[in-house]
Amino acid sequence: MSAALVEARGLAKAYPGPVPRTVLRGVDLMLGAGEFVAVMGESGAGKSTLLNLLAGLDTPDAGRVAFDGRDLGGLDDDARTLLRRHEMGFVFQAFHLLPHLTAAENIILPLALNGWPAAERAARAAGMLAAVGLAERAAAYPRELSGGETQRVAVARALAHRPRLLLADEPTGNLDAANAVQVMALIARQVGEQGCAALLVTHSERAAARADRVLRLTPDGLGPA
Amino acid sequence: MSALPDRPPGTACPSAIPALSHLLGVTLLGHWRGNLGRVLLSVLGIALGVAMGLAVELIHQVAVDDFAHSARRLSGQADLVLRGDGVGFPEALYPRLVADARVAAASPGVEATLTLPGRSESLKVLGLDPFRARALNQPGQAWLGGAAAAGMDRFSLLDPDAIALTEAAAGALGLAPGDSLPARAGTGSVRLRVVAVLPGAAGRHGLMDIAGAQWLFGEPGRIHRLDLRLAPGVDRDLFARELLAGLPPGVRVEAPEAPGSRAAEASRAYRVNLGVLAGIALFTGLFLVFTTQWLSVLRRRPQFALLRTLGATRGQLRTLLLTEAGLLGLLGAGLGAALGVGLAAAGLAALGGDLGAGYFAGLAPELRVPPGTLAAYLALGVGAALVGAWLPAREAARMSPARGLRPGDAETWLRGWQRPGPGLLLLGLGAALPFAPPLAGIPVFAYAAIALLILGAAALLPWLLARLGGRLPRPAGALSGLALARLTGAPGQAALAVAAIVVSVALVTAMAVMVTSFRDSVEAWLHQVLRADVYARSGRAEGSGYLDAAAQARLAALPGVAAAEFLRHRKLHLDPARPPVDLMARPISPATAGTVLPLREVLDAPLHPGTAPAWVSEAGRDLHGWRLGERFELPLGDARAAFTVAGVWRDYGRQHGTAVIDLAHYRRLTGDAAVNDAALWVTGMPAEAVARQLRQEFGPGLEVRLPGEVRRLSLAAFDRSFAVTYALEAVAVLVGLFGVSAVFSAQSLVRRAEFGVLRHLGMTRRQVGGMIAAEAALLALAGILTGALAGLAASLVLVAVVNPQSFHWSMDLRLPAGQLALFYAALLVLAALTALASSRAAMRGEAVLAAREE
Repeated sequence: MSAALVEARGLAKAYPGPVPRTVLRGVDLMLGAGEFVAVMGESGAGKSTLLNLLAGLDTPDAGRVAFDGRDLGGLDDDARTLLRRHEMGFVFQAFHLLPHLTAAENIILPLALNGWPAAERAARAAGMLAAVGLAERAAAYPRELSGGETQRVAVARALAHRPRLLLADEPTGNLDAANAVQVMALIARQVGEQGCAALLVTHSERAAARADRVLRLTPDGLGPA
Repeated sequence: MSALPDRPPGTACPSAIPALSHLLGVTLLGHWRGNLGRVLLSVLGIALGVAMGLAVELIHQVAVDDFAHSARRLSGQADLVLRGDGVGFPEALYPRLVADARVAAASPGVEATLTLPGRSESLKVLGLDPFRARALNQPGQAWLGGAAAAGMDRFSLLDPDAIALTEAAAGALGLAPGDSLPARAGTGSVRLRVVAVLPGAAGRHGLMDIAGAQWLFGEPGRIHRLDLRLAPGVDRDLFARELLAGLPPGVRVEAPEAPGSRAAEASRAYRVNLGVLAGIALFTGLFLVFTTQWLSVLRRRPQFALLRTLGATRGQLRTLLLTEAGLLGLLGAGLGAALGVGLAAAGLAALGGDLGAGYFAGLAPELRVPPGTLAAYLALGVGAALVGAWLPAREAARMSPARGLRPGDAETWLRGWQRPGPGLLLLGLGAALPFAPPLAGIPVFAYAAIALLILGAAALLPWLLARLGGRLPRPAGALSGLALARLTGAPGQAALAVAAIVVSVALVTAMAVMVTSFRDSVEAWLHQVLRADVYARSGRAEGSGYLDAAAQARLAALPGVAAAEFLRHRKLHLDPARPPVDLMARPISPATAGTVLPLREVLDAPLHPGTAPAWVSEAGRDLHGWRLGERFELPLGDARAAFTVAGVWRDYGRQHGTAVIDLAHYRRLTGDAAVNDAALWVTGMPAEAVARQLRQEFGPGLEVRLPGEVRRLSLAAFDRSFAVTYALEAVAVLVGLFGVSAVFSAQSLVRRAEFGVLRHLGMTRRQVGGMIAAEAALLALAGILTGALAGLAASLVLVAVVNPQSFHWSMDLRLPAGQLALFYAALLVLAALTALASSRAAMRGEAVLAAREE
C-alpha cells in the first residue's frame, strides 16, 4: 500500500437531541495516494458523516483526521476551505451543477477558484468534457442535460483541477443502471489516469465493486466488507 | 387490464372542502411556521397600505361631512340662500323679499373672517339678527338659549362688541365667557367681548349681532347672505330661477348645502392625490405579496408537484394558494384597519381635517369610522393580496407535476417572463394614456399611466437582463463571473428579486423630481413676485382688516418710502358649483405686466372693444375657459365688467383661478377705495428700519414682512403641505425595502444547496458572502437603472400632466441629481448588506451540508 494520504484515527460523532444519536464511534481509516476505497453501510450508519469529517466540512467529537500529514483539527475554517479547494473534488448524489452556468462554465469554476489562467482553464474544461464524452455539450445548461450527462459533467468538475482526493457521495444514487455503470467506469478511469485517491460512499454493490478496497461501516466501526 | 376495485360500501368520495382544508393545514401552516419573518413582512406591507389609505379616507370623509353639516346648520331650516361676494349686496334686498308672499321667513347675515392680531389662525364670523335667525332655526336659536342658560340679559347679545363662540372655537382660542378677544378692524384694533359659548354648535365660528358685524367689517348697509324659508307649496327651483333674474350682478341663489359641495369640490384634487399616494403604499404591498408568493411557490414546487401527483386538482392547488394569500391579506388588512383608525385620529389632532392643506379652515372634526368604509378597506387589503397572489397561484396550478419534481428547474418555469411583449405593451399604454383628458377634473388616465410605466419597466427587466447581460464580457474573476452569470442566467429570478427595488426607485425618483421641480419653481416664482423691499398686509380677502385711503396715504408718506403700490383682494363667485376665483386689483398695464407677473402667455393683439385688460392665472384659464385674447365678464360693483385676457400667468398662491386687473380701473368700477396689501420700495435707509416704523405707526393692525421672511414662510408652508406626501412616499419606500429584504432572504433559502456546493468547491464563507453581495449589488444596480428610467418617465407625467390637470399649476422640470444619486447609492449598499445578512443566516450551522440534502 502506498503512503497514507488521509489518515483518520478514533473518529466519533454524535448529534445532539433529546436523545443524543451516536453515528460514528472509534472509526479508523487509512487511504493511500492513488487508492480507490468504497465505504458501504446501512442508511444512518454514518457514511455521509464520515465523508464530511474527512473533507473538513464537520469536526469530530473525538479522534483526528490528517490529510497528507496535516491535522485538520489544527486548521481554521479558511485553511480547511483552501485545502478542499486545492486538494479535493466532490461528486454528489444530486449532481449539484450550478443551474445558471453552462457545462463548460461549471467545470471551469474550480479552476477559476484555484487561479488558473483563463486560456488554460478553457483548454482544461474542453479536455475534461472530451474525457467524459460530452465535448459537444459544452454550451449546454444543466437543465438541457440528462441525469447521466449531468453527473458526468459533475465528475469532470470534481477532477478538473487535478485534486489528490475525490470524495463521492452516492454518485450513482440518482441514475439508472446503465448510466450508473457508465459513471462508475468514468470515475474509476479518471482516478486511475490522474492518480488521485478516491473515497466512494455507496449502497450499490456494483458501484463498490469498482474500488480497490471495500469497507463496511457498522456501529462498531469501519472494517473490511 | 383489470377493472379498478369498487369503493368499499359505506365510503363516499371525500368532499373538496375537507380535502382542501387538510391541504391548507399541511402545506400552509408548515410554510408559515418556517417563513414567519417573510410572512410577517407581507402582512405588514398590506397593513401599511391599508392603514395609510384608510386614515386619509377617514380624515377627508369626516372633514367633508362636517363642513357640509356645519354649512347646513348655519342655514337652519332655510330652503335657499342668497349670497354675495366679498363686499356683499345692499340690505335693501331683504325687505323686498320679505314682502314676497312666496317667502315665509328670511334672515339676513354678514359673513367675514376676523383677523386676529398675534394669532396664526383667523375666525369665521357670522353676523345674524338673532330674532330672525330663530324663525329659521339658525344658530341664533342656540345663541339666545346659551345666553339665557348663562343667566345673561338677552339684549347684551346685541351690543356691537359682543361675540358668541362655538364650543370648538372657544376651545381652539382658549376663551371663556367674559374674556376679551382682540381683533383687527380696518387698520385699527377692537376688543370683542365673549358673551357666550354655544354648546353643540358645529365648527369653529363666532356669532355676532348683524349690526355689530356690519360695523366691525366696515360694511354698513350691506349683507353677505340672506337665508329664505319658502311658503308651503312653492317650487324651490322655479322660485330660485325667477329670483336670480332680478338680482344684481354678483348675487347668487343657492341651496344651503352648496358650500359643503364647493369645499368638497375645492379639495377634491388634493384628496384624490393623497388617496393615490396611499394607494401607492398598497400597490407596493401588493407587489410584496406578489414577489414573496412567487418565491414561496418556487420553493414549494416539489411539494405542489407531489400534491398534484397524489391527486390534488389544479383548482384545489389554485384555491389553496389564493386562500393562503387571502388569509395574509385579511391579517394585514385587519392590522392596517386598526393602525389606520389610530393614524386618522392622530392626523386629525395634529394636522386637522385637510391634513394641513387649508381647505377646511374653521372646522373641528371628530373621528367617525363608518362601517362601510372600514369594510371597503378590509376588502381592498384582501383584494390586493389576492391580486398579488393570482399569477403565482395560476402558474403553480398549471405546472406539470413531473417538472415540479425535477430539481433546479425554477428558471425554466420563469422562462416566459423573458418575452418582451407584455412589458412593451404596458410601457406603450403608459406612454399613450397621459394624452387622454382628465375624468371629471381628476387625471385618472395619467395616474394609470404612471402605474403602467412602472409595471412595464418591471416586466421588461427579465428580457433586458437576458439580452444585455448576455452581451456583457464575462469577467475573469471567479466571484464576479459567478455573480454576472447568475444575473444573466436566471433573469426571471433576478427580476423577481429586484422588482421591489424597481418599484421603490421609480416611485422615489418620480416624487423627488416632481417635488423638486415644484419647489424650485415656487422659489423662482416667489423671487419674481416679491419685488418690493417691504410688504404690509391688513387682512385677507373677505377679512376684517383693510387699508382705507387715509391709511394708504400715511403709508406712502413714511420716511424712506420711495414708492408704494397697493393691492386689493376680492373673492368672486362665478359658478355656484365651484370655489370662488380671486380678483387682484393692482397698478398694472400691458407695458408693465411682464415685470409684475410671471407671464406664461402674452397677447400680441388688440383688446376687444369696450374691454379692459386682465391677466389670468393658469387655473383661471383651465377652470373658467379664460383663454388668451378671449373676452370675459366679472361681476364688479353693480354691473358686469368686461375684460380681455391679455396674458396668462403662473400663480402658485391660489388654486381656483385668479384675475389681475388694474387698481384704478377697479376703483372706477366699484368705488371701493380700500386695499388689503401694500408693497413699499425703500430708499435712503434699510428696509428693516421702514418695517420698524410701520409697526410703530400702525401697531398690530398691520402685518409687516420683509421679502426674505415671506419667502421663508411660503416655502415652510409648501414643505408643510408636502409633509403628508413625504410620509406616504416613505411608507411606499419602506414597503419596497421590505420586499428587497424578504426576497433576498427567501432566495438565500432557495439557494442553500448552491451555497453548500460552492463551499465544497473551496469557496470560503467570505468569498460566498462577497459573491452574494456582488450579485445583490449588480441586481440592485439593474433595478435602480430600470426604476430610475421608469421614475423619470413617471415624473414627466406628474409634472406635465397630473399637476396641471389636478391643480392647474405648470412647473419647470428640475432633476435633484445629487439627492437621487445619494438615495441610489444607499439603496445599492442596503441591498448588498441585506443580501449578505440573509445569506449569512442561510449559511449558518449545517448549511454547508445542504448540498447533500437533495
